Amino acid sequence: MSSAGALLDVRALTKHFPVHAGIFGRTTGYVHAVDDVSFTVIRGETLSVVGESGCGKSTVGRAILRLTPPTAGEVWLGAQRIDNMHASELRPLRRRMQVVFQDPFSSLNPRMRVREILAEPLTNFGLARGASEIDDRVAALLDKVRLPREAMHRYPHEFSGGQRQRIGIARALAPQPDLIVCDEPVSALDVSVKAQIINLLSQLQDELGLTLLFISHDLAIVEHLTHRVAVMYLGKIVELADRRALFAQAHHPYTRALLSAVPVPDPLAKRQRMILAGDVPSPIEPPSGCRFHTRCPFVFDRCRKEEPLLRVVAERHLSACHLGEAN
Amino acid sequence: MRLSPLNRRRLAIFCQHRRGFWSFWIFLALFLFCLGAEFVANDRPLIISYNGKHYFPVLFDYSEDTFGSEFLPTEADYTDPDVQKAINSRGWMIWPAIPFSYNTSVKNLSSPAPSPPDWRNLLGTDDQGRDVLARVIYGFRISVLFGFSLTAISSIVGIAAGAVQGFYGGAVDLLFQRFIEIWSGMPRLFLLIILGSIITPGFWVLLIFLLVFSWMSLTGVVRAEFLRGRNLDYARAAKALGVSDIGVMWRHILPNAMAAVLSFLPFTLSDSVTVLSTLDFLGFGLPPGSPSLGDLVAQGKNNLQAPWLGITSFVVLGGVLTLLIFIGEAVRDAFDPRRIPK
Repeated sequence: MSSAGALLDVRALTKHFPVHAGIFGRTTGYVHAVDDVSFTVIRGETLSVVGESGCGKSTVGRAILRLTPPTAGEVWLGAQRIDNMHASELRPLRRRMQVVFQDPFSSLNPRMRVREILAEPLTNFGLARGASEIDDRVAALLDKVRLPREAMHRYPHEFSGGQRQRIGIARALAPQPDLIVCDEPVSALDVSVKAQIINLLSQLQDELGLTLLFISHDLAIVEHLTHRVAVMYLGKIVELADRRALFAQAHHPYTRALLSAVPVPDPLAKRQRMILAGDVPSPIEPPSGCRFHTRCPFVFDRCRKEEPLLRVVAERHLSACHLGEAN
Repeated sequence: MRLSPLNRRRLAIFCQHRRGFWSFWIFLALFLFCLGAEFVANDRPLIISYNGKHYFPVLFDYSEDTFGSEFLPTEADYTDPDVQKAINSRGWMIWPAIPFSYNTSVKNLSSPAPSPPDWRNLLGTDDQGRDVLARVIYGFRISVLFGFSLTAISSIVGIAAGAVQGFYGGAVDLLFQRFIEIWSGMPRLFLLIILGSIITPGFWVLLIFLLVFSWMSLTGVVRAEFLRGRNLDYARAAKALGVSDIGVMWRHILPNAMAAVLSFLPFTLSDSVTVLSTLDFLGFGLPPGSPSLGDLVAQGKNNLQAPWLGITSFVVLGGVLTLLIFIGEAVRDAFDPRRIPK
């Protein structure tokens, strides 16, 4: 995979949260939320980051947006390295990358009308001046997310969850970004509304040529809009492949377990479930060797000692597993 | 201005809180009445008509020779019988309802000061022969104004400090918290006594001195609200939208933290009134002779043979604090998200 044409290039991104204990608050350890994660996102594509809760996928999104400072690694947006930029230098660049949050109830300020919410990015980046220009831009944004224009005079609590998420998307679209990080944008919504939002996102991507980094725990959702998928487990990417390849020929046992958990809307379909035993180990002391070895049904000696690196298993298909590796 | 539904609901709850609602209007009426204390209780007439010209002694100073060449060009003393006679001979004058100011020594008392209530001095006079009612009116005003100023300024400082602490967290928060813990342990009364022995504190010196300690009362609440608020998604989103730190604090977190702050304010106000009264009672407050409720309490204590002093001070101080507490309760209920208007 070349990084030419890459809009976002994440190199060895690491985020450790210190754990404090005792009366003096000594740092007794670190939560290895994200460990040595690298990937690129090409302009116009959707990359999904998938994993169960606590695997660090949201932290990846936040670290890219610099909402939490990364511990190590590099983040490149186009030709600019942004992970070590000073906050004041970063502010104009924030126009190019936006975020949609999971919870549509906490992501909108309850005291601002929709117009104010959407006008904030516009005035902030100097994209619109004067009340009438702002009104026009806000109306256009509401059109884009298929909300009535009258919505601008109302408060967030007057909307349903799906409508609020549309407002959240409109806010992210306001500064005309290149990249939108969608942090579980549909997890809090009803199934029917989920589909609407997913469709809206893929339509917007086609219309506006957006690049999406889509963070989700739900492979079924991801299948509908993504180009590529990165599967994370305990702070590491275990598999990274094109959607088709991943859903057809998953390589990593963890991915296969995830895929087997996706519900199939056919009660007669015969399914082979691969049920993982045990819980996710603590990210404070991740297991040695392969982080998945405590739950992997195919575990062998080497997995406990040696950490598998991401390697090419097929064209445009990376996996971090010792299985089938030529020694 | 259109109220948001939330604020309309709060207003509705406040109005339904009968006790607090009436307390608010009574307090407001008393306050406005006392704001115009000069027009209610003064030793100068409101209007003088002399030689066909009108004079407003409450607003302007006139020299005494304005009212006849036999007087000296000093400031007019309208309580002087000769001056009164001169004015009345060539015009008329209208006196305020209470013809004494807070520092007027009432002349021709029927009994030695402190003299009991009569028709001239409705609440009697204090031990220096000054009209108690006039002093109560001026004292109420200064107490409440002091309370308002102290509350307002300490809220601003306290909110700013709490906001910075909560928003940045980490080391800033840690150091600030330790500083507040140490600072709040300072014995402010003793420090004030020491200060009082060096200089005679006036209104502003006292205000600033009390401010140095009172700003901390709100920081805890504000800090907690900001610690919560900074992690809300809309605060994060604002940051992602490139809003500056101050913008996030001011536009996104503060409005949502204000509910907690506002429900505290009436109690802070009543605390401020109490503190000033305490200091005045002990004699470390406003300069001697100033009308203040605390000074009146002290007079009541020193003149037990004149119960009207003690009773008046008790009723006024108790009344003010009760009203403020009732208002505070109503405000607190209005901001309580769990309460539903009937």
